[in-house]
Amino acid sequence: MNIGLSSDRRSNVSLARRAYNIRRKAIQMGEVQGQGYVGQALGVADVLAVSFFHAAEYRPEDPEWEGRDRYLLSIGHYAIAFYAALIEAGILPEEELPTYGMDDSRMPMSGMASYTPGMEMSGGSLGLGLGIAVGRAMGLKRKGSSALVFNLMSDGELGEGSTWEAAMSAAHHGLDNLICIVDFNNQQADGASTRMLSSEPVDKKFEAFGWFVQRVDGNDIDALVAAFDAARGHDKPQPRVIICDTVMCKGVPFLESREITHFVRVEADEWQKALAVLDEEAPK
Amino acid sequence: MSVASRARKYQPRTVPEGQQATSAMIASLEAEGYDTVAAPFGNALADLAKTDERIVGLSADLSKYTDLHVFAKAHPDRFYQMGMAEQQLMAAAAGLAHEGFIPFATTYAVFASRRAYDFVSQAISEEGLPVKICCALPGLTSGYGPSHQATEDIAIFRGLPGLAIVDPCDATDVAQMVPELVAHDGPVYARLLRGQVANVLQKHKPDYQFKLGKAQMIREGKDVLVVSSGIMTMRALDAADDLAAEGIDVAVLHCPTIKPLDTETILAEASKGRLLVVAENHTRIGGLGEAIAAACLTAGVTPTFRQIGLPDAFLEAGALPTLHDMYGISRRAVATQIKGWL
Repeated sequence: MNIGLSSDRRSNVSLARRAYNIRRKAIQMGEVQGQGYVGQALGVADVLAVSFFHAAEYRPEDPEWEGRDRYLLSIGHYAIAFYAALIEAGILPEEELPTYGMDDSRMPMSGMASYTPGMEMSGGSLGLGLGIAVGRAMGLKRKGSSALVFNLMSDGELGEGSTWEAAMSAAHHGLDNLICIVDFNNQQADGASTRMLSSEPVDKKFEAFGWFVQRVDGNDIDALVAAFDAARGHDKPQPRVIICDTVMCKGVPFLESREITHFVRVEADEWQKALAVLDEEAPK
Repeated sequence: MSVASRARKYQPRTVPEGQQATSAMIASLEAEGYDTVAAPFGNALADLAKTDERIVGLSADLSKYTDLHVFAKAHPDRFYQMGMAEQQLMAAAAGLAHEGFIPFATTYAVFASRRAYDFVSQAISEEGLPVKICCALPGLTSGYGPSHQATEDIAIFRGLPGLAIVDPCDATDVAQMVPELVAHDGPVYARLLRGQVANVLQKHKPDYQFKLGKAQMIREGKDVLVVSSGIMTMRALDAADDLAAEGIDVAVLHCPTIKPLDTETILAEASKGRLLVVAENHTRIGGLGEAIAAACLTAGVTPTFRQIGLPDAFLEAGALPTLHDMYGISRRAVATQIKGWL
């Protein structure tokens, strides 16, 4: 399945460096606008690094290559993180980074397919992605394609009824070509997700819905690699979910310890400080 | 806290002399004098799918009630039963369209427009995907009450950019729209007529052919211009026959595509000095009538304008013939209203 991935994209050291690069780019984009969902971006950077440099098949020079794995971003406001990954993956040119959120930019604040190469869907209305992923997985099977569908969603989206319609549907149709990734940072707009509308025990819920379930530390690259490999290698005809417990603002301790909110406050002089903190711990 | 009961008091009802007792289970439309065709939608789609491999069909547990079961029987491997999950129906159709297929997503009009609206908007229309949403029980074509009466589906969908809206009149419209929906490069919402569907238009105009985006004159007349869509074109043609016997000459312009509206044809006809009546099987708010009123006023065309349509209300349950009379969309009620405006 992984033919075409270079050994560089397989190395754990390199994956840590990729995650660092994604974090760095997200902070740079946040500085452009003076704001952005950097808390989520820092938290999900390891998941994206493993996704784009270990798990998913694609051709940077041809983002619409028919054989690619479809990687759907259901959480539109995570676009800042996703653009960072697309730039790191060579799908978007790095020179566009300073245009983030600007008029005429291909990188709007919320991810939309009509703006950005490599963006497979217009997210943002939360709870859309998994359902669309089900349809794409059905379509790929119809075409006899071996490509996979990844759907990256948030724990907040577990509150949407449509997520569970999709979960039931994926299992009913035996979609073993679908891998759902839940970024469980336990944070949504009004507070902790588990205090808004608790989805716990989320692993048992997915199991009961007929999924192959793994729950991992979403900031542990080795654990993520193992989970993606197990999801790919699983031999039962059922959809797969990887629930990734992540830490908002991961990698920048002074932000991690700040009162965490959905939209983390970063002062004008703190963007450069955040980069400096990241750089101190930069992996090779 | 106590809340006053909203349930009605029982009132014994006697059937007036000369009227038949009717019940909510009478679901067929009154369409006297017309031949009928069985399942025109399902048969047309099954036929077209033989030569177009992109076509797939999806149902949310209503294939038998949308005539999609005919397609499912002919092409079982291309039929997806999505279960009673309309949001997922639309999302899956979007996903299949992303992969190059042309999905026909079918359910009842109330569920597509009310329950699944965000998915039709964001998963389908915003992406410009060629999903064909075909829905039974449009407007007042069910006696089950507001849960099944899609009296505002067009108002809901008209505001959605890029979504074409079709309201067919009869079996010819329904069958002929299928290939046109497929040829149209984008999403469509089509109201369906199912089961035994009357053949109306070719009886009045033998060379009639459905054309997406076009309004067509079915009957000429010098006193009144009725512009109508859906089953109201049948009502208008029948009422025009009745009024002709009284010396009133009614033209009927059939406008099955609500969006994009054929303003060129409508304005040309509306400029001829006749009373303009728009007739629709839909609330008078936000449908064909208001669309035509806006088009006329914007163009400076100002005929005397009247609307035949459903009131701004949740409608009663009951038998369709009774309800169509009660709400002014039966043959008799249409004729009476037009006469009263002259």
